[in-house]
Amino acid sequence: MSLWSRIANVFHADRLHREIDEELQSHIDEAIEQGRDPAEARRAFGSLLRQREETRDMRLVAWLDSLRADAIFGWRRLRKSKVTSAAAILSLALAIGACTAAFRLIDALLLRPLRIAHPERLYALSRHGVGLDGKPSSYDSWAGPVVHLMRAAANDQAELIEVSYWERSDLTYGSDEEMEKGYLQYVSGWMFGSFGLRPALGRLMTGDDDKSGARPVAVLSYDYWSRRFARDPKVIGRTLHQGSNLYEIIGVGPESFTGTETGTMVDVFFPAMMHPSANRKDSTPFRTLVLVNPGVPVEPLRQKLAAISRAFEEERAKGFTDMPKAKIASYLNEAISIDRAAAGSSNLQKDYMQPLMALGTLVALVLLIACANVANLMTAQATARAREMALRVSIGAGRWRLVQLVLVESAWIAILAAAIGAAFAWWAAPFVVRMINPPDNPARLALPADWRILAFASALTLGVTFLFGLVPALRASSVKPASALKGGEDPHSRRRLMHALIAAQVAFCFLVLFVAGLFVATFERLSHRPIGFSADRLLLLDTVTAHAQQPAYWNEVADRLRAVPGVETVALAGWPLLSGYQSNNFLSLNGGPPIEPLAFFLNVSPGWLETMKIPLIDGRDFRADDVDPGAVIVNETFVKTFFNGENAIGKSFYRTYPRRIPSTIVGVVRDSRYNGMRERTKPVAYLPFRRNDAKGDLQPTRSATIIVRTAGANPLTLASLLRREVPRIRSEFRVSNLHTQQELIDAQTVRERLLAMLALFFAAVALLLAGIGLYGVLNYSVVQRRREIGIRLAIGAPASGIARLVTVDVFSMVLAGALIGVAIGMASVRTVETLFYQVKATDAGMLLLPALSLFAAAVLASLPAVLQAVRIDPVNTLRSE
Amino acid sequence: MSKFDALQGSLDVLVLKILSRRPKSHGYAIMSAIKEFSGEILSAEEGSLYPALHRMEEAGWVRSQWIKKDSGRRARIYELTAAGKKQLAQEESRWQTVTSAVNRVLRTV
Repeated sequence: MSLWSRIANVFHADRLHREIDEELQSHIDEAIEQGRDPAEARRAFGSLLRQREETRDMRLVAWLDSLRADAIFGWRRLRKSKVTSAAAILSLALAIGACTAAFRLIDALLLRPLRIAHPERLYALSRHGVGLDGKPSSYDSWAGPVVHLMRAAANDQAELIEVSYWERSDLTYGSDEEMEKGYLQYVSGWMFGSFGLRPALGRLMTGDDDKSGARPVAVLSYDYWSRRFARDPKVIGRTLHQGSNLYEIIGVGPESFTGTETGTMVDVFFPAMMHPSANRKDSTPFRTLVLVNPGVPVEPLRQKLAAISRAFEEERAKGFTDMPKAKIASYLNEAISIDRAAAGSSNLQKDYMQPLMALGTLVALVLLIACANVANLMTAQATARAREMALRVSIGAGRWRLVQLVLVESAWIAILAAAIGAAFAWWAAPFVVRMINPPDNPARLALPADWRILAFASALTLGVTFLFGLVPALRASSVKPASALKGGEDPHSRRRLMHALIAAQVAFCFLVLFVAGLFVATFERLSHRPIGFSADRLLLLDTVTAHAQQPAYWNEVADRLRAVPGVETVALAGWPLLSGYQSNNFLSLNGGPPIEPLAFFLNVSPGWLETMKIPLIDGRDFRADDVDPGAVIVNETFVKTFFNGENAIGKSFYRTYPRRIPSTIVGVVRDSRYNGMRERTKPVAYLPFRRNDAKGDLQPTRSATIIVRTAGANPLTLASLLRREVPRIRSEFRVSNLHTQQELIDAQTVRERLLAMLALFFAAVALLLAGIGLYGVLNYSVVQRRREIGIRLAIGAPASGIARLVTVDVFSMVLAGALIGVAIGMASVRTVETLFYQVKATDAGMLLLPALSLFAAAVLASLPAVLQAVRIDPVNTLRSE
Repeated sequence: MSKFDALQGSLDVLVLKILSRRPKSHGYAIMSAIKEFSGEILSAEEGSLYPALHRMEEAGWVRSQWIKKDSGRRARIYELTAAGKKQLAQEESRWQTVTSAVNRVLRTV
């Protein structure tokens, strides 16, 4: 109560003063009324002012009151120099906002623990070895049977949980006409129980629901239940079709749980045993999460699980009769690691950890540049305030009181900047997430703004205040009244500090420009890499059928689409190029053993080459009667790799897995990108769309992509028409996904574009801030040296000499800063090398460009100050001093 | 504040006692009363009275209100609160203990 009223009194100081004054006055009046001599009574009472101060201090929190006074004073000072304050606050706001946004993203994707019972005990298994393509690879996918073996072995030490990669799939609650997309995940039935989750409605899956033979059930996520069903409780007991299965909805998960795939919010959970390849030993659809029991050491557990995994793979490798021996050995020698997964485990984390860290570092550098700017500003102001400070010291202000005064001003700037920055971060973080949106699959990252973000922003604001405020504050407070009031303080010490800050600023700025340049060059080179086909006007219709259909029916659909007005050509393919799908196999030539490297495959219909505009350089395209096994068309790299570039028409080879299948080359085409923009050109063989199974019967197909080249410039104008047309031609056919080829190509460079764009933006900000900083310091030094310059001009110094005098110090600082920047850049850029494509930190161009931009900015920034210096009128200056 | 320390103990108990005898006194009256009751021996320094009164009000021992005097001027008068009465009892007994202890020392040595 008392403390509260004392705090409250700080903000009612005026009333408090009035009342105290009145009371003291009434005391003296009373004394006089009682017959005391007025002068004597006043003298006996002592100094009214002191009485008031002492009484007042009893009524309020004194330090808070001084803080309030400083805050008011600081606010007035800020408003007095509106332009400089606004510049300082805005530049800092941008930097703080960017830092907060970066933290928000990093926190949401990588740091924030899943909201489950014991996230700190959650681990994920992964394997590290050499991939089939000979490059180091790590992956975290496992076959269902081996997870079951490992789970049985871990028994009382840990619970193992299978979670499939999420998939965006077609499902329906009614007839097939109302197919819709949903994010699915197959998870072990016991996952919900192990995570300590409680249903928002109905019940959650248990281990019993995940036993083979159990009735298929589904659990909806809270988010999906709200979006799709408007939280209708009657959803329990409804059924949903997915693929050829029918599931009963048994419950809704808690609001806090969005799945373990950070960056994707799962809509529907199915039991792991329902996964189409749940029990296959040669398919690895699951991540393995390990919930370690309390007190169980992790390393022995890892060894135990690794031993089981190895035994499983060794058993399986006995079946690999037709595979290079070295491959089998390296495959069996994969190391198995167990890592913390408190924040979940997802591909988005893997793909964006490094880019986010790199961006985080860039924005931190921008923040430092902004801080250096404000520090320089305050140091320059401190000169102007030297007299004020000296006066304060003379009338008895303590050193710490002055430090407080300047720090409170800094805090004003920082707090205002943080408030604007918060608004910026509020907008910027979701904006960045929206940018991560390959077609139909935007990243869905929960971005809560809670105490974690608030704590970070507050700590940042406090840190920033001290970062740019402390040195100017200490300097201002160390003022020596005698020399300052005489007006002759050593100005060089201030300038030295400002110069050091300039050097630091330039170094950071160079670093930002340098890294941004590398990212931009990466994006440029990647997006301009020849793809080997024409993506113009290509529309891709991912088409599925309820039951597998004969190739003749697929051809019928393609034929009928050709007749649609506005359609130029139509072809069929197993999947689109650059979609991320791939199929590979080891080859055998002339009946020999399997050879390296891997070859890649895609089934295509006749006319596919023409539709894609991939030039045929030898032989012929497929004919309507071509079938696999039989004819094959290969690309140039395939010929170079397996036939030494000789004429390959008529030559044949075998695929070796799962059995030997022969093919004879009938055509050779130019190279094109297969499944990634970054990949080295792969040896690719195109197989006929029609294929026979092992018995020699034509094999029906459940899904393929219909590729349409449209006549009109924008292929999407035909999208809805074609989507409707397909089921009209044959009712079993349905377009499940529709995008343009260009979207797939853009999706390949989403990460690079994001990095390039943001890095470029921050580079521009950094350059602008550094330029402003440079301008400020030069301007200050000209003002400081007016007298000196005036004298020099008066005794005949040429303008060029004056210009050199003014700029030489600063430019040597710029040079020093740039050199430091180069050194740091060279040393640090290696950590993000994997994000680059065909650019090297040591490229002269990569260094020259930031250097030139910096130099240009420095020249531009110094121009006004130089002009001002040269125009100084000696007579005026000397007279006024 | 350290300059009050020596006096504070006795000033507090004196002010509280006066207010228990003569509630609703203003500052000048309290000061005069101290002088009067102590037979002109004790005199509260005028300078320390008001900080002490305000401190005691913040502590919740006394409460104040403004009244209009006959002369038309406003005056701030003080009275004890329940907490103040308790405090007075404590201070009184502490004072007695201390003075009797001091007396004992003075007698025996």
